[in-house]
Amino acid sequence: MRMPKFIKQRTFLFIIILLVVFIIGWFFISLATGTIQISPRDVLKTLFLNGTDRQELVLFDFRLPGIILAILIGSGLAVSGVILQGITKNELADPGILGINTGAGLAIVIFLFFFRGILDTTSPFSVYMMPLFALTGALAAAILIYVLAWNKGINPIRLVLVGIGINAGFSAALVIFQLKMDPQDYRQATVWLMGDIWSANWAFVFALLPWILILIPFAWHKARTLNALNLGDSVASGLGSKVEKDRLILLFTAVALAGASVAAGGGIAFLGLVVPHIARKIIGPMHQYVIPISALIGALLLMVADTVGKNIMAPTEIPIGIVVSILSIPYFIYLLIKTK
Amino acid sequence: MISIINHSKILKTTIIAVVCFSLPFAIIFSISYGAVDIDFATIWGAIIHFNPDATSHQVIQELRLPRAIAAALVGACLAVSGAIMQGMTRNPLASPSIMGVTDGAAFALVLMLAFFPAMSNTGLTAASLIGAGIAVVLVFMVGSMSTSGLTPVKLALAGVAIGTLLRSVSSLISLHFQLEKEMGFWLAGGLAGTNWQSVKILLILGAIGLFLAFAIAGSITTLSLGDDIATSLGQNNLLVKIIGIFSVLILTGAAVSIAGAIGFLGLIVPHITRFIMGTDYRWIVPASAVFGALLLILSDVTARMINAPFETPVGAITSLIGVPFFLYLARSSGGGK
Repeated sequence: MRMPKFIKQRTFLFIIILLVVFIIGWFFISLATGTIQISPRDVLKTLFLNGTDRQELVLFDFRLPGIILAILIGSGLAVSGVILQGITKNELADPGILGINTGAGLAIVIFLFFFRGILDTTSPFSVYMMPLFALTGALAAAILIYVLAWNKGINPIRLVLVGIGINAGFSAALVIFQLKMDPQDYRQATVWLMGDIWSANWAFVFALLPWILILIPFAWHKARTLNALNLGDSVASGLGSKVEKDRLILLFTAVALAGASVAAGGGIAFLGLVVPHIARKIIGPMHQYVIPISALIGALLLMVADTVGKNIMAPTEIPIGIVVSILSIPYFIYLLIKTK
Repeated sequence: MISIINHSKILKTTIIAVVCFSLPFAIIFSISYGAVDIDFATIWGAIIHFNPDATSHQVIQELRLPRAIAAALVGACLAVSGAIMQGMTRNPLASPSIMGVTDGAAFALVLMLAFFPAMSNTGLTAASLIGAGIAVVLVFMVGSMSTSGLTPVKLALAGVAIGTLLRSVSSLISLHFQLEKEMGFWLAGGLAGTNWQSVKILLILGAIGLFLAFAIAGSITTLSLGDDIATSLGQNNLLVKIIGIFSVLILTGAAVSIAGAIGFLGLIVPHITRFIMGTDYRWIVPASAVFGALLLILSDVTARMINAPFETPVGAITSLIGVPFFLYLARSSGGGK
């Protein structure tokens, strides 16, 4: 028994190192690419504060915050997906499909709609407020789904169907609100809802950072509980888990991660669904391995999507959510065909 | 026994007749309500002896009358299309918007607008028909290829996936060719741009699609008992399904090419009519047509009232009505399986 576990830990470490190397590599690639080309050597020079003013401006004020946001959002959504799939025992659960993202989006649009005149939406105060608003919306959606899908217990299929319905309802409400906005806000909201790392600036990075830094390690800490819950309620309580309480805490964690990510990145769907599957395929079902690997894969995938979206059809920038959808839906369809 | 059946037949005919008679009133109501309210005498005058010099007559003839008629036709097309889908697949969640049909049609439209901007209206309608067809085939294929078969949840998820994929590609194209405004319209669904040309397209295609639907309504009833039973009763299931798919494509394509994505109408109307009319599709199909027409006219009026003088997309209204219904269905039929 000891031997396989030892090997597993070695593969786990190997994969983590591999992914980190990929992320660092891609980090430099995406810093160097864009409408203004900066050679890798100049990137390094600028990072060590030896570049021209123009290069410093492009790297530090535009590209760097965007890339860091992509890393944070990608890992947040991926871990949120892992937790949701774990506690619902449903391989097709994802904050996007279940309507949690749309709930957060609706809250943000309402926030923009009512406070647009009063506050400057890029001011630090409103940037820090937005994750809280998004969290409220995401929570409202999650509670609504949970209550409506509750019928002497939670049936995974009913949960997904109710989620699809809630998603459609919130989307309709969103359309109504959006059309009440003035044209400029409308366009901004539309692009953002398609999933866009909008106005990528440092304020957003600092607003999102604490959420990710606290919640992902917390989820990792709870990995064993997730493993137990995955075996079924009776086994889990036999193993000493307080099933309902643990499930609620973990659900709250997942919703908070999704909400905070949506506040900064908009409606990026399917990432939280696909990444956990890839991670499980690589390392197996144990959550203490799946959670960190998912976080890294999510970060890498979103970085790649960000670079692709910004450059493939330049000067048109494709919202990152669209790139993610096009990349991950074929895999989702494959999963749909394979799973029972 | 016979007297009860006859009695209920009379009842059913009466219900359909009552809804039919209320349609003209709904249309008149829809015409009279607007930025400028127009009284009934003027509407009557504009229809009977049209005076091109009168502004209100112009507004009625060129804007409001075609819009109201288009709303009725689009509603009928979507509702019947949903009824046929649900009967054929024996799947309570089957409907144009769930199955990604509307996204497929919108996708084809955007492709055409981007690459052949000079295309005529007829060409655009044809394109949206083909797009709707591709989406249906894809969703069915994904659903049927799955190991557990075409369950409601598989169908719904396949629809979401294919729909999102097609919509993402459409957004990509529209962003690149700066067609966001047109795209936004198709995705939200609206009847603001309808004119007599659109009514003509709807009339021709709607007539063909509805005729096909009425023709196979009896066979759909048999088919809804299950493929095996229908075969043992001597029915050519393949033929019925092919005709059914054709009628669904024509009806949805026509509706989407005129009014964009109007969600959930095709889902809820067949359920309402099944509740009232029972399980016989010879009653469900015509009843869905008239109920769908009435519902969309009223939704369109609501969409104009809710935030006057601005229009709310009618698709958002039908979704808000339809979602609670969908949730109810998800609880009652989806959870058991």
